[in-house]
Amino acid sequence: MTQILEAYAKLAGEDVINQLGQLAERLKGLRVLHVNSTRLGGGVAEILNKLVPLMMELGMDATWEVITGDESFFQCTKSLHNALQGNRITIPGALFEAYEQANQRTAAELGSLLEEADIVFIHDPQPAPLLSFCPQRRGKWIWRCHIDLSHPYRPVWKYFRRFLDDYDASIFSLSDFAPTLPRPQYLIPPSIDPLSEKNIQLTEQEVQAVCGQFGLDSHRPLMLQVSRFDRFKDPVGVIQAFRLARKYVPDLQLVLAGGGASDDPEGALVRKEVEAFSEEDPDIHILELAADAHRTINALQHAADVVLQKSVREGFGLTVTEAMWKGKPVIGGNTGGIRLQIVNNHTGFLVNSPEGAALRVRYLFEHPDELQEMGQKAREFVRENFLITRQLREYLTVIVALTHGCQDRIELG
Amino acid sequence: MGHVETKKAGGQPFAVQDCALAAIATGRRAQNLRELRENLLTIHQDSIYYHFWGGLLRPRFDNPEYHNDFAIWSRYALNDLVLAERLGIIDPTEFRDLESLRQELIEVIEERLDESEHVPWAKSDSQFYFIRSQIVVFDTHWRIKTPKELAQAVPHMSVGSIFFHFIDARTHTQDGVDDFRAWLQEHFQGYEELCADLARIDPFFSGLSELRERLTIVFQSYFVR
Repeated sequence: MTQILEAYAKLAGEDVINQLGQLAERLKGLRVLHVNSTRLGGGVAEILNKLVPLMMELGMDATWEVITGDESFFQCTKSLHNALQGNRITIPGALFEAYEQANQRTAAELGSLLEEADIVFIHDPQPAPLLSFCPQRRGKWIWRCHIDLSHPYRPVWKYFRRFLDDYDASIFSLSDFAPTLPRPQYLIPPSIDPLSEKNIQLTEQEVQAVCGQFGLDSHRPLMLQVSRFDRFKDPVGVIQAFRLARKYVPDLQLVLAGGGASDDPEGALVRKEVEAFSEEDPDIHILELAADAHRTINALQHAADVVLQKSVREGFGLTVTEAMWKGKPVIGGNTGGIRLQIVNNHTGFLVNSPEGAALRVRYLFEHPDELQEMGQKAREFVRENFLITRQLREYLTVIVALTHGCQDRIELG
Repeated sequence: MGHVETKKAGGQPFAVQDCALAAIATGRRAQNLRELRENLLTIHQDSIYYHFWGGLLRPRFDNPEYHNDFAIWSRYALNDLVLAERLGIIDPTEFRDLESLRQELIEVIEERLDESEHVPWAKSDSQFYFIRSQIVVFDTHWRIKTPKELAQAVPHMSVGSIFFHFIDARTHTQDGVDDFRAWLQEHFQGYEELCADLARIDPFFSGLSELRERLTIVFQSYFVR
């Protein structure tokens, strides 16, 4: 076993690594190409940064390319992203033209890479039209959708869905997110990388240093929510829950750690509302973190006793996964992918109101043994289900299925 | 020793297989009990397989109080405890095939619809999504020659192997038994007692790791008798 696989085996368990090896045995030399829209920033790039080297370790000829485009292209894809998730946005025809042109140009640039690959993973809407500009393609093409397409803005969806018709399969994170499409729609939840900056084990000194940096008292109880300043994440509800719980846990501190508000007008507005609502309470710490402050977030998650993700609407909610991986019970809103991660009363609690969240916070601080036990169960649950190795195993399963004729039962010799 | 190891002529080694399930959205869903019934009439039987057994190979997201997705949905989305209990007690191993299991599900649901004044509804964000599965089976190249070796191997098998040999096997062996019993019965004599012990394990109420532990105990206690 190579060094990198050994490192994953230590954290994810030998079983899944052995399975990866056995599945990959049949896929050695397979040319696998991933295409997305950025190498840096965002969950997709974060995962591809690890997934592609892992595929290579397993003997596949894996590569990763990005689509390039001008400002109009990215303006279009940002609007497309929002409209496909339900925002009523009208996109001018000129932007759609820029979108298609960028895809046509990228298809020409990548040329034989796209045409000769055995498996092509196209991530998200930005490069989706590439397929229509590759009539000479030989391999199987899979559209991997990381966003929620359950309630798209229909006029934009009608324009967009034509680009999906010829894909051999698609992959969605949850069944709730999948629209009706003609080819198989596989369901693969996202995952976290246990070896990334955001999830590696930190030393106690580093955690303490980060606490000190933000004026947190590491001897007092701490509750944390990490999320953008967005109304769907209900930061005001978190403060309400904190105030209700503090009556019973008087030393309690709250950290609301977010980021990206400076270039997001709505985020800045929500942050102001949150600051006003906190009434300069010295025990409420509202932190604006840089997009790449992964280690800081990691330290805050390690330092917290209880983590909240009190969203009223959520995609998958990888911040929940990250907190659970650090052995923390999570109190989460009863919505989206949070429901799939929090096993109520086992790995945390699902709540529907600030009052519900406060009650659970009180309960956990009143029952420290249970808090510990739930945290351990949460970490195990993530180990078994939400690490990158599991996601890779499912990708390999889909590749095997597609290259073996898509029968209901595929027996490999 | 309570066993006599006699190998039948031409006996084959036990080939340890592993498997992975791929979940596929069918695009069909139900928001109320009547829609669940309508879909069950025609849904592909792989979907019934997935909603009964698939839970073992995917994250156990839901309360293990109920062991199939239909019961869980009845409890948590429809809030119909009676129906959840009736669906929860259905043991898929009692049915000779998935079609009979489908009929039983429909019977139970129709009975509940007959009893109810109103059709129970779920909230729009709690619909039942029908998912089907595709199973990929792969050879681990691990071969076991004797029952004693099998006893030593079981604790080291992956949960995928346990699922494949002890659960999935029942859907494709002739007598609906697991692969361990099928191999012992076909290739050896004198293991009736061990086979009876294995038959007593109810696979429906355990997670796969727990099931592996129970199998380990059965095998090990047999060989130290």
